[in-house]
Amino acid sequence: MTELATNLRRVAIDPLSRVEGHGKVTLLLDENNHVTQARLHIVEFRGFEKFVQGRPYWEIPVMVQRLCGICPVSHHLAACKAMDQVVGVDHLTPTAEKLRRLMHYGQILQSHALHFFHLSSPDLLFGFGSDVAKRNIVGIATEYPEIARQGVLLRKYGQEVIRHTAGKRIHGTGAVPGGVNKNLNQAERDALLADIYQIIAWCRDAVAMARRLFEQDPELYNDFGRFEANTLNLIRADGAMDLYHGGLRARDRDGKTLFDHENYDHYWDHIYEDVKSWSYMKFPFLRQIGPEDGWYRVGPLTRVTQCDFIPTPLADVERRAFMAYDSGRAAGATLGTHWARMIEMLHSAEAIKELLHDSDLLGDDLVMHGEHRERGVGVLEAPRGTLIHHYRVDENDLVVRANLIVSTTHNNQAMNEAIRAVARQYLDGRELTEGLLNHIEVAIRAFDPCLSCATHALGKMPLTLNLIDAEGREIDRLARDGSGECSAGECC
Amino acid sequence: MAKLRVATTSLAGCFGCHMSLLDIDERLFELLKHIEFDRTPLTDIKHCGPCDIGLIEGGICNAENVEVLREFRRNCKILVAVGACAVTGGLPAQRNHLDLGACLTEVYLTEPGLAHGGIPNDPELPLPLDKVHPLHEVVKVDYFLPGCPPPADAFWQFLTDLVAGRTPELGHGLIKYD
Ligand code: SF4
Repeated sequence: MTELATNLRRVAIDPLSRVEGHGKVTLLLDENNHVTQARLHIVEFRGFEKFVQGRPYWEIPVMVQRLCGICPVSHHLAACKAMDQVVGVDHLTPTAEKLRRLMHYGQILQSHALHFFHLSSPDLLFGFGSDVAKRNIVGIATEYPEIARQGVLLRKYGQEVIRHTAGKRIHGTGAVPGGVNKNLNQAERDALLADIYQIIAWCRDAVAMARRLFEQDPELYNDFGRFEANTLNLIRADGAMDLYHGGLRARDRDGKTLFDHENYDHYWDHIYEDVKSWSYMKFPFLRQIGPEDGWYRVGPLTRVTQCDFIPTPLADVERRAFMAYDSGRAAGATLGTHWARMIEMLHSAEAIKELLHDSDLLGDDLVMHGEHRERGVGVLEAPRGTLIHHYRVDENDLVVRANLIVSTTHNNQAMNEAIRAVARQYLDGRELTEGLLNHIEVAIRAFDPCLSCATHALGKMPLTLNLIDAEGREIDRLARDGSGECSAGECC
Repeated sequence: MAKLRVATTSLAGCFGCHMSLLDIDERLFELLKHIEFDRTPLTDIKHCGPCDIGLIEGGICNAENVEVLREFRRNCKILVAVGACAVTGGLPAQRNHLDLGACLTEVYLTEPGLAHGGIPNDPELPLPLDKVHPLHEVVKVDYFLPGCPPPADAFWQFLTDLVAGRTPELGHGLIKYD
C-alpha cells in the first residue's frame, strides 16, 4: 500500500501521452512543496510469462511480438536468439545472421524516427510548455512540413526493410529458431538500395537538428532532469557498438567498469529484480551494488557513450562530436538521449547500406540444426535498450518457464530519478499548470519508454495531478480534459 | 467541408494497430486535410471529446479500460473495434483460461531472480479483470476491422470511404485473420 506519510500531499499525472503505452506519475510533496517522492506507475498487467507456458517453442517468436507493436522485431529476434540455443545452434549461417541484422537495423531506424519526429519533436521545436493544441505531429506538419515529411519517410523506409525481411511490417515471421525462413531477392534488394543514400542524408540532418537544440539553449538541455546513473549495454568483443549481439558491459556512476564482455547466458549472476507494490513494472538492479543503489540506465545514451567506437564512419564522427561537446556535458544529459538516438539512427542507416551491398543476403543457406537443449537466453539491444528473453523448454518441446526483462523495465528507476529531478527543478513551490506537467512528460519521453512492452502483463499509462493534504484528503486536482486544457478543482 | 474529428486509443493492445495506421506513410498528410485528431496517443488531449469516429485497439483487461471505452462510446458517433484484440480479445485473452491470482503469484512472487517478491496492490493501480474481453461485450460497436494488425490499406480504405460519405467496404486482400 502507499506509505502516505501524514504530512505529505500527493500529485498525480494521469494518463501520460505521446509515449507508447499507459501509465501515470504521482509525486509526494512536503509542506514546503519539496518533492520527497516521485513514482512512475505501470498500471497494466498482461502475464505473458505465464501464458506462453505450455506452448511449443517455435510459436514463441511470433507470439511475443504482440507485447509491442512498436518494436515487434526486437521481441521476435530476442526470442529467436533464445530458441537458437534451444535447438542447439550456436552459429547461424552468414545469410541468416545478416538478414536478421538487416531486419533489426530496419527496426531501430523506424522506431527512432517515430520517437523523434512523431512523438518528441513537438516538445523540442515548439517548447515544453507550448500550446497544447499544436504540440503534436499535426502541428509539426503545419509549421515544419519538410521535417514532418522526412520523419514519415524515414519511418517508412525502416518499415520497408522489415517488410522485405520479415514478410510484413508489423508482426512478421522472418526469423525461425536456427535461422530465417526467407532471403532477400534481387528486386527487393534493389528497391531498398535505391533510397538508402537519401535516407542516410536525412539521418545526418536529424543529428544536426539534435545538436542545434543543445546549441540554442545549452542550460536547459544540459541540466533538464539530469542525474547520474549506473549503466548497462551489450558490446562487441572489440568494444564496438553492436545492437544485435555481444557481451554485457556495466559501469558505475563514476564510470568505473563493473563487468565487461560478460556472457549474457548467466545474466542472473549480475541482475536481480525487485517488486514494488505500486507498479506492475519490476525494478531490476545490479547485484554487485545491491537493491538500493544498483539501478541502472540502458538505451541510446548509454550505448553511444559506453561503446569504444561505432563501426560505421559517419556515425562515429558524430559520436566523437557528441562526446566532446561542451566538455562532455551533453553526453550525460537526460535530453542528450535524443541526440544519441539520432546518432544511432544514422548508424542503422549506414549498417543497412553495408548489408545491402553484401551478396550473402541473397544466399540460400537459411537454417541450422543441432541437439535440443533445455534452456535458451536471447539478448539484444532493442531501440530502447537491452532486452532479455529467457526460456526453459521441456523434452516435449513445450515452454515451461519464461522470463522477460524488457528495455523499459531496465530503465524503471532511471525514469523515476528523471521525474524526481524535473519535479525538483520545475515544480518546487510553484502553482501547477499544464505546461509544468508536460515537463514531467518530456523527461519520461526522453527514454522513449515503451510501456506497452513493460507491462508484459496487461495494462497502460495515462497523466493527472492530485493534491492531497496532510490528512490524506484530496485538496486539488489537475487533469487534462477533452480539449487538452487543464482543469483544477474537483475537491473532495 | 468540415473535417471529421477522430479519436483513437489503445486499451489492452500492443500499439501495433496504431503503427499500422501510421503505415499509410505520406498519405497521412492527405488524410489530415479531411480529418482532425481528438484524443490519440499522438496528441496531449487526455480525454475524448465529441467525435465523429472513435478507433479502439486492444481488448478490455482492467477497470480503467472499461471507463475509457465508455467515454469513447458516449462521445463517438461511430465506434470501431480495430484489430484482433479489440474484436476477440486477441493474444492477451490467452490468459482467460488461467487463474489471474496464480498468474500474478508466478510473475511477482515465485519467479526466480526476484529479490523481494510481492504482488503490486497499490490503490494507484486499476483493478485487473479476471478475463480479457472484446469491446462488443461491453458497448455497441459499429464496425470491426480485423487483422493483427489490420493492414495500412484497410485503414486508408475505411477512413477515405467515411470521409467521402460512403459506407465503408474492405475489398479483397484487406480483411486479415492473422
Ligand atoms: S490486434 Fe495485434 S497489432 Fe493490434 S493491438 Fe492486438 S496484438 Fe497489437
